[in-house]
Amino acid sequence: MNRLRRGRLAAAVVPLALLAAGCDRKQNALAPASHQSQDIATLFWWMTGVSVVGLAVVIGLLLLAWKRSGRRGAAADTHGSKPGERVGWYVVVIGGVAVPILLITALFVVANLFVIKTTEAPAANSTKRTILVIGHQWWWEVRYPGTSAVTANEIHIPVRTPVRLEVRTADVIHSFWVPELNRKIDTLPGTTNAIELYADAVGRYRGQCAEFCGLQHAHMGIWVDAEPPAKFRQWLAGQSRPAAAPKGALASAGRDAFMTGACADCHQIRGTSATSQVGPDLTHVADRQTLAALTIPNTPSYLHDWIRDSQRFKPGNLMPSFGGLPEQELRELVAYLEELK
Amino acid sequence: MAIATPPTPAAARRMDRLEVMWQSRPGVLGWLTTTDHKRIGLLYFWTTLVLFGAGGIEAMVMRTQLIQPNNDLVSPGTYDELFTLHGLTMIFFFIIPMTTGAFGNYLIPLMIGARDMAFPRMNALSYWIFLGSAIFLYTSLALGMAPNAGWFDYVPLASKQYTPGHNIDFYALAIIFNSIASTLTAAQFIVTILKSRAPGMSFNRMPLFCFAFLAASFGLLFALPPLSADAIFLFLDRNVGTHFFDPSHGGAALLWQHLFWIFGHPEVYILIVPAFGIATSIIPAFTQRRLVAFPLVAIAELLVVFIGFGVWAHHMFATGMSTTALVFFAGATSMVVIPSTIQVFAWCMSFVLGVARFKTPLLFIAGFIFMFVAGGLTGIMFIAIPFDQQVTDTYFIIAHFHYIIFGAAVFPIFGGMYYWFPKVTGKLYFERPGQISFWLLFVGTNLLFFPMHIVGLLGMTRRIYTYPSNLGWTSYNVIETIGGYITLVGILVLFGNLVWSYLRGLPAGPDPWHGPTLEWTTSSPPPEYDFAVIPRVTSAYPNWDVEDREEDRRKLAGGVLVLDEGHEQVEVTPVDGWLSRVVEMPHDSPWPVLLALCLSLVFVMLLLQHFAIAGLMGILCLLTLLGWHSKEPEAA
Repeated sequence: MNRLRRGRLAAAVVPLALLAAGCDRKQNALAPASHQSQDIATLFWWMTGVSVVGLAVVIGLLLLAWKRSGRRGAAADTHGSKPGERVGWYVVVIGGVAVPILLITALFVVANLFVIKTTEAPAANSTKRTILVIGHQWWWEVRYPGTSAVTANEIHIPVRTPVRLEVRTADVIHSFWVPELNRKIDTLPGTTNAIELYADAVGRYRGQCAEFCGLQHAHMGIWVDAEPPAKFRQWLAGQSRPAAAPKGALASAGRDAFMTGACADCHQIRGTSATSQVGPDLTHVADRQTLAALTIPNTPSYLHDWIRDSQRFKPGNLMPSFGGLPEQELRELVAYLEELK
Repeated sequence: MAIATPPTPAAARRMDRLEVMWQSRPGVLGWLTTTDHKRIGLLYFWTTLVLFGAGGIEAMVMRTQLIQPNNDLVSPGTYDELFTLHGLTMIFFFIIPMTTGAFGNYLIPLMIGARDMAFPRMNALSYWIFLGSAIFLYTSLALGMAPNAGWFDYVPLASKQYTPGHNIDFYALAIIFNSIASTLTAAQFIVTILKSRAPGMSFNRMPLFCFAFLAASFGLLFALPPLSADAIFLFLDRNVGTHFFDPSHGGAALLWQHLFWIFGHPEVYILIVPAFGIATSIIPAFTQRRLVAFPLVAIAELLVVFIGFGVWAHHMFATGMSTTALVFFAGATSMVVIPSTIQVFAWCMSFVLGVARFKTPLLFIAGFIFMFVAGGLTGIMFIAIPFDQQVTDTYFIIAHFHYIIFGAAVFPIFGGMYYWFPKVTGKLYFERPGQISFWLLFVGTNLLFFPMHIVGLLGMTRRIYTYPSNLGWTSYNVIETIGGYITLVGILVLFGNLVWSYLRGLPAGPDPWHGPTLEWTTSSPPPEYDFAVIPRVTSAYPNWDVEDREEDRRKLAGGVLVLDEGHEQVEVTPVDGWLSRVVEMPHDSPWPVLLALCLSLVFVMLLLQHFAIAGLMGILCLLTLLGWHSKEPEAA
C-alpha cells in the first residue's frame, strides 16, 4: 500500500524528476551545438530577416490602400482608361517576378548546393566511427558495429568527431531527430539511411522520433551524450562486456526470476541465457538515465513501478504490465537489474 | 440594371413561362431530385458546414488536450483518431466541397450567364456521392474505428500488421468514394466553364473566379487518380494479400508516399486557388476598380496549379532520397513562388489604386493576403532543403500550412460568405458584427498558429498526444489553445450574424455592392432560371457595362435569346465564346440519388469484405444507369 502511494506520488512528480535527472539541453533547433545545426540556424535567421521585410512591404501596401481610400475626388474606376495601371504592372513585375527570382536563386544556391553538403553522412570509409540506430515501436536500439555493445535510447559519441549514423527500422517509419546536432532522417523499411552526427561541445542533447509511428509516438525520445574521447572509449568498452554475475542473494534470486519468467521472452542480457531481441537489450540497463525512451527516470523505484504497471506510464506500449507478480519477486528483479551497470 | 422587373408585358409572359419550365418539385422530393445548380450548391453548403463543425470540434479537443503537459483528457488512441479525422475532414470534406461544391456550383453558372451546369444530373450525383462518403467516414467514428494513422496515412504503419482493425479500411474506401464525387465535380466545372458561357464571353473576358475554378478542376482531375490508385493498393494490401508496399516481398513503402504526394501537393493549390478566385471577385467590387494586371493574374492562377504537379517530393525531403532528386524538387518548388507573388502584388496594387471600402468581405481578403504572405514566406523557407529537413514533421510545418489553409483558403471562404450572402438570401448582413467576427478570427488564428512556429523550432514534433513539461513548450501551447477558443468565438459570431441577418436583414436588392460580374445583374435570390435572357458580354466586368444591360432588357422585350420555348441553354465555342447552338437541358430526376445510394452499398459491402455482394450492388448501380438513360416521358 505504501508502495502504491509512493508510485502515485512518483507519477505526479515525473516531470520534476526528469528535470532533475539532468537535461543539459532542451531540443532547440536554434541553439545549435554543431556546425551543421549552426548553418541551418543561420540560414533560418537570414530567411526570417528577408521574410519580415517582404511581409512589411505587403502590410505597407495594405495600409497605404487604407489611407488612400479616404482621399478626396476619388471616383469609381470601372470604365474607360485605368489610371495607375502602368504603375501597377511595374510593381507586379518588379515585386512579383524580378525580386523573388533574385532572392530565391540566392537562397537556392546557398542552401541546396552548400549547406546541404555539410549535413550529409560522411562516407563509411572516411570515418572511424559508425553507429547503427534501429527504430522500434516505441524506442531506439543503438548498436556499435565492430563491438558487441548494444544499448537503447542513449547514444554516446566522442565529442568533435564526425560520426556516421546509420538508421534503420524494425517495424514502421520513424524519424531520427536531434535538432541541436543535425537535421532529421527517416527510417524506412528495407533501407538504411545515414546522416552525420557531430557535437561541438561535451553535453547531452535531446531528440525524439519525428514521424508519426503509432500510439506512443509521443514517448520516443533519445539522448545523445557527447563525451571526451577517452571517456567515450571507456564507456564503449564497458558496454561491450557481458553482464556481470549477480552479487548477493536478492539479486541472484532476481536473475533466476528473470531467466525463468516472462522477462527473458523479450529481453537480452548478454552473458546469460536470455537472448531474445524483441525489447531493449538490458545488459547494462542500470547505466542508463531513463526508462521507456525518456518517459521516466531510471531509479529503483521507477523501475519497480514500470515492471508492475508499464501501461500506466506509457499506455499501449508493447511491454505488458506485470501487476500479478508478487512484491518479493519484483524486488528481486529490481535488485538484479540495478546491478547491471 | 438588373432585370428584376420585366420591362414589358410580353417580357413578363416570357418570364412566367421560364418560371414554369425551370421549376423544381415542391418539398423534400424537390430537394432529392433537384438538378438546379443553386439548390445543389446550398446542399453542399449545409453539408460541408456540418462537417466543418465536426472538424472544428476535433481540433478544439486536441488543443484542449495540449493545453498542459502530460494531460490526459483523451487517450493516445483517441488523439490519433482526432488528428486523422481533423485532417481528412477539413481537406476532403470541408474546403474542397465548400469551394467547388458550394461556391462553384452556386456561382459559376451565375458568373458566366448560364442557366445551369453543363451536366445537371451528374452534378446532383456528385453531391449525393459526396454525402454518402461523408456519412461513410463518420460512421467509423460512431463505431470507434476511425482512421488513426494520420491523414497521409503512411505505410507500413497503416498496413494490416500494425493497424489490424477496420480503421484504415474506412480510410481507404472513404478516400476512393470521395474522389468519385470530386472527379465528377471537376469534369463538370471544366465542361461548364468551357462550353456554357454567355456568347461574347471569350477567354479574356472570363471572370478570374472562373479561371481559378478551371485551374482547380483540372488539378483535381489529374491529381485524384494517383490518390485513388494509392488507396486501392492499400485496400488490396490489407485485404487481398498483395504486396505493393511491402519491401520484404518486392514492394516499396516509399511508393505510398510518392503516389500520395503526387496528389497531395497539387491538392494544396486546389484548396487555395478557388480562394484566390473568391479574392479576385471581392477586390474589384470593393475597390470599384478593375483588377491590376488581369492577364498576368489569370495566367498565374493556371500556372500555380500546373507547376504544383512538379513539386510533390518536397514533402519527402527527410526520407533519404538522393540529393539530386531533392535539388530537382526544390527547384520546382522555387518556381511555384513566382505565380503566387505576381498575384499578391496584383491584389495589393488593386487595393492601392482603387478606392478600397473596408467592409467585412474586403477585411477578410486583406486578412487573407496577410496570412497567405506569412504562410507563403515560411513556405519559401522549405526550398532550403536542410532547413526543411530540420523543421519538417514539427509544429513549424503545422504553423505554415495552417496559415495557408486556414488563413489563405478559409478566410476568403468566410469573406465570400459575406460577399454573396445578399445574392443568395436577398438580405443584407449586419456590418458591425461582421467586422467584429473578422477581428476575432484574425486575432484568434494568429494567436493560435503563430506560436506554433516557435514551439516547432524548440523541437515540438507533430502528432504527439502529450509532451513533457521541461522543454519550454507549455506557455506556447497555452497561448495557442486560447487563440483556438478566440477563433471558435469568431466563427460563432460569424454564423450567428449570418443567421440573424437572414431573419432580420434589410432587403438587399439585386446589386448591393455594384459588383462587376454577371451574378449581380439578376435578382437576389436569383430565379430558378438564373437569367431571364442570356446576357450580352463585351468585357470582363459585364455588370459595369451599362449599355449591355440595357441591351439585355431590349432583348427580353423582343424575345431574343430568352429561350422560353423549352428547358434550354446556349453552348459556345470554348475559346472565343461564339454561340454554337442551343441545347436541351435535362429535367429533375430521382436517378442520381438512387445511383449514389447503390454506390454507398457497394462501399459498405467492400468494407465488410463481402466482395460478391459488393459486385451485385455494382450491378444494381449499372441498372440505375439504365434508368437514368431511358427516354423520359415528354415533360408536362
